[in-house]
Amino acid sequence: MAKVELKAPEGPPSDVERIKRESRYLRGTLAETMEDPLSAGIPDDDNRLMKFHGSYLQDDRDVRTERQKQKLEPAYQFMIRVRTPGGVATPEQWLVMDELARKYANGTLKLTTRQAFQLHGVLKWNVKKTMQAINGALMTTLAACGDVNRNVMCNPNPYQSEVHAEVYEWAKLISDHLLPRTRAYYEIWLDDEKVAGTPQVDGEEEPIYGPTYLPRKFKIGIAVPPSNDVDVFSQDIGLIAIVEDGKLAGFNVAIGGGMGMTHGDKTTYPQLAKVIGFCKPDQVVEVAEKIMTIQRDYGNRSSRKHARFKYTVDRLGLETVKEELERRLGWKLGEARPYHFEHTGDRYGWVEGVNGTWHFTLFVEGGRVKDYDDYKLMTGLREIAKVHTGDFRLTANQNLIIANVTSEKKPEIEALIAEYGLTDGRRYTALRRNALACVALPTCGLAMAEAERYLPKLLDKIEEMIDENGLRDDEITIRMTGCPNGCARHVLAEIAFVGKAVGKYNMYLGAAFNGTRLGKLYRENIGEEEILRELRVLLSRYAKERLDGEHFGDFVIRVGIVKEVTDGTNFHD
Amino acid sequence: MQLQVTNSPFTEEQIALLNRLLPTLTPAQKLWLSGYLAAAEAAVAVLDAEAPALFAGSSKPVSKEVTVLYGSQTGNAQKLAEKAGKALKERGFEAKVLSMLDFKPNELKKVETLLVVVSTHGEGDPPDNAVSFYEFLHSKRAPKLNHLRFSVLALGDTSYEQFCQTGKDFDKRLEELGGTRFYPRVDCDVDYEEAAAKWLDGVLGELSKEANANAGAAPLLSAVAAAPKAEPVAVYSRKNPFPAEVLENINLNGRGSNKETRHLELSLEGSGLKYEPGDALGIFPKNDPELVDLVIQEMKWNPEETVTIDKDGEVRSLKEALTSHFEITVLTKALLQKLAPLSKNSALQELVAPGNEAKLKEYAKGRDLLDALRDFGPWDAAPQQIISILRKMPPRLYSIASSLAAYPDEVHLTIGAVRYESHGRLRKGVCSTFCAERIQIGDTLPVFVQPNPNFKLPKDPDTPIIMIGPGTGVAPFRAFMQEREATGANGKSWLFFGDQHFMTDFLYQTEWLAWLKSGVLTRMDVAFSRDTERKVYVQHRMQERSKELFGWLEEGAVVYVCGDKQHMARDVHQTLIEIIEKEGGMSREQAEAYVTEMQKQKRYQRDVY
Repeated sequence: MAKVELKAPEGPPSDVERIKRESRYLRGTLAETMEDPLSAGIPDDDNRLMKFHGSYLQDDRDVRTERQKQKLEPAYQFMIRVRTPGGVATPEQWLVMDELARKYANGTLKLTTRQAFQLHGVLKWNVKKTMQAINGALMTTLAACGDVNRNVMCNPNPYQSEVHAEVYEWAKLISDHLLPRTRAYYEIWLDDEKVAGTPQVDGEEEPIYGPTYLPRKFKIGIAVPPSNDVDVFSQDIGLIAIVEDGKLAGFNVAIGGGMGMTHGDKTTYPQLAKVIGFCKPDQVVEVAEKIMTIQRDYGNRSSRKHARFKYTVDRLGLETVKEELERRLGWKLGEARPYHFEHTGDRYGWVEGVNGTWHFTLFVEGGRVKDYDDYKLMTGLREIAKVHTGDFRLTANQNLIIANVTSEKKPEIEALIAEYGLTDGRRYTALRRNALACVALPTCGLAMAEAERYLPKLLDKIEEMIDENGLRDDEITIRMTGCPNGCARHVLAEIAFVGKAVGKYNMYLGAAFNGTRLGKLYRENIGEEEILRELRVLLSRYAKERLDGEHFGDFVIRVGIVKEVTDGTNFHD
Repeated sequence: MQLQVTNSPFTEEQIALLNRLLPTLTPAQKLWLSGYLAAAEAAVAVLDAEAPALFAGSSKPVSKEVTVLYGSQTGNAQKLAEKAGKALKERGFEAKVLSMLDFKPNELKKVETLLVVVSTHGEGDPPDNAVSFYEFLHSKRAPKLNHLRFSVLALGDTSYEQFCQTGKDFDKRLEELGGTRFYPRVDCDVDYEEAAAKWLDGVLGELSKEANANAGAAPLLSAVAAAPKAEPVAVYSRKNPFPAEVLENINLNGRGSNKETRHLELSLEGSGLKYEPGDALGIFPKNDPELVDLVIQEMKWNPEETVTIDKDGEVRSLKEALTSHFEITVLTKALLQKLAPLSKNSALQELVAPGNEAKLKEYAKGRDLLDALRDFGPWDAAPQQIISILRKMPPRLYSIASSLAAYPDEVHLTIGAVRYESHGRLRKGVCSTFCAERIQIGDTLPVFVQPNPNFKLPKDPDTPIIMIGPGTGVAPFRAFMQEREATGANGKSWLFFGDQHFMTDFLYQTEWLAWLKSGVLTRMDVAFSRDTERKVYVQHRMQERSKELFGWLEEGAVVYVCGDKQHMARDVHQTLIEIIEKEGGMSREQAEAYVTEMQKQKRYQRDVY
């Protein structure tokens, strides 16, 4: 094989690279513009930096043109994302988030697809107070967004609690190790004293990242087979825990996954991570760091839509990247160990863990914790948090586990679950229990169509067909995103909808139920009527023609409804 | 409204003719006619007004100025527009590249060469930052663009049904308005680079060709003669108000606000009316028809009964008289006294009896005609008797919020809708709720200009100005800023504004931000009283900036205060004195003398109400 020269793609750096370089390690002019009383927004350059601090400036798009006419600036507000590695939070932390949501945000909490909390609708004047309260509860928003390693995901699977605890510790170590070291965050939000003079030498303040951080966001997730709830192959680095004799032997390492693409641009595509080897638990932090530095050095800094690690891997070649990794490590990865994934969804309801503790997995539609008129979900969880002695775990499917409930506490928690009617989802179809939606309208600036607000209504209609065809308990994954960037890992769902315009979606079919195969474009730019028409035929055929135990995603390929996608590079073929 | 013998001074024959003609007239024709008739009456010849001279052979050369407007959702159109701007500059053109949102539509009349780069969003919609310009261009207010040449680059995505629709719309509309398409529109798909480059080459080629030809010979575009237009001399006045067409009527307060502040834009075209920033506009409103109905029902009158409304014997239906000609929302001592002989109700007789003035005043407060009619029946009065004692509908005056230099032929107003509960009934400000609830775009309002010589920008454009105008008090300062921008004045300016909530009540926010960015407005301080635990008002912001503020005064700044008289103006006045006392190291008396001296020099002007 010809030696591939290791270098980043040519081309002038993108504007974001300039902003990062000139930012003095993420400071920019944030301290001043956050204080400007004439606008509830901040300038674009500072908003780019704000992401590294875990927050985006957004606006309520429902009123955007209306306010423009009224000569008012957009209804600017901030989204604040809290980094919770592995999605673990204490009851005290839950109560803080609950209070902040009601005091400064829009009265709701969003549990994200990456096991983080999101607050929406925080006004500029309240951002600092919110940040301080979050940090006061020993959580952080630093690097929850931006061109850095994001929240490290980790399976919260309560079936194997002893392994989970160990895997979670590694997730936390990786997360902490890859946090930016800049003091900017503490100066701006926590009123820490400024470090006298910004370091002059590049890299001094950021030994791993350097002054321009990464070319693009970077995602790491750890799965514990047989559950692939974190969608391990959608990650830049996917780690597959290998459990042998009930003990954590180490991790298979997969690299180069990512969901995002741009409509109409076939040089962009979703890709699945590929396994390149195995490492022992105590090697995993080093492996993650070295892989990330390859992307730091050779990723595309010219075109942001081609800047994810997956393009770097596909450009340089998997083998080349592996060789470079082993060169940087100074040692070779082990042979990948066998593993098997069964599903990506959550198992709902009560399960018993080790040491006599119990876990309750609660179905949270769209990951939105709020009080509905007839369902006081937010209040119920607040009451539980007040008495709970274990912890909460946010799952990758936007659900919530009330974890580590002692046998003594269980009756009390059960009573509250009953009092507030908190649901394990059993009253819904298996389809709805396996649904994911990103936030989209009205707050997300990228959304072209509805997702979180619309999917439940669409599901109401699909469920009628599900019932007609006797598929109520058949698990099928369905996901909807407002744009092709894929916050809800859309192309890994057996039925996926990606927003193109208000009311219009691209429909993808044929992804694997266990998250090991991408879906394929089936219909372009269709509205609800066509969506329902297509599904009516597809679900009816599936009910009649499927093989025993055959999943929907496999079925549509076998009967030739869509072609199988074998690699992201043939996604558009 | 159909003319009748009963509601007009014409004969039956005249009415038949008029009723045949009037419905066929366009609003513009009606306007012209009203101006013409008014002017004719004043014995001013208007029909033969000379057509503007045509400068054959001497029309001005084609300008090298090119305006590039973009409407962009994802940034591609912006990028292409900027690229076009750069390429134009390299070829010696003066290119101005602006987002459609930042472009002032009234500038369009001045643009000679326009390039439009616009994407289509969703299902054929304009991108967010193009919406307002798109709507303006497609509205009745869009100006004639006979002087304009243009070319459109449309971005889109063929996977959508309405491919490049917004670009197509602009292209079509610009032509409809009289513009000349000097290079055909190009529609680009998602891979726009090549097609866009071709368009740019074509545009540059055309423009360069013209520029070269122009350098030696006659201009390419012939001067388009404005249609001969009758310019009636202003004969409109308070007595003869001009029916101004409503061009825009929007609520400036965002969703969830406690307030409703209307922004009205009226056309003065053909009226000959002129005003200066600082002047006021008078409006003759109509009463709330629901209130009129309640009065008529209360008295069991026939709404169609004819009544005489003035000394000249003009007649109207009772309903029309109560709606348009008389004040029914204010109860005065005089009115109660005039009502008293028409009722035998002893309570009323007692109230108006000598010695009960205080009680009378107390009763009248917060009540209206309907209250009195309800409280003091039974009435022994024909409708005409009641009508005859009512006060003529007075006009309401509003500080003008625009400048003719920026908006020729228009006048803008900022009107706070007044609604409050009193004695168990919702009361509404006559004119403000008339404008807020019943006036639509296309309707006309009877208006006149009320000059205010005591509230004027300094003659010297370099003089610094300090403007204090919370709430609707900010209106004249919008006019000031427009004027200073349009005339290129260089003096510093400082605005203090306040209202209840930042998110919903920051009147004209985007305009102030744009003026701050361009430097027309030097600085601005805001106070939103209900966003913080402690209520903050403009005077608190003045105190916080006392040192700088005194510095401006010493530099000769003129201070303007507009708005609420009872509280705001008084507090601001006290604060001004305190600031001068503190920062000038003066005694209270000296500070007061300082302010008096400012007043004498016309450096402290107030328009308070």
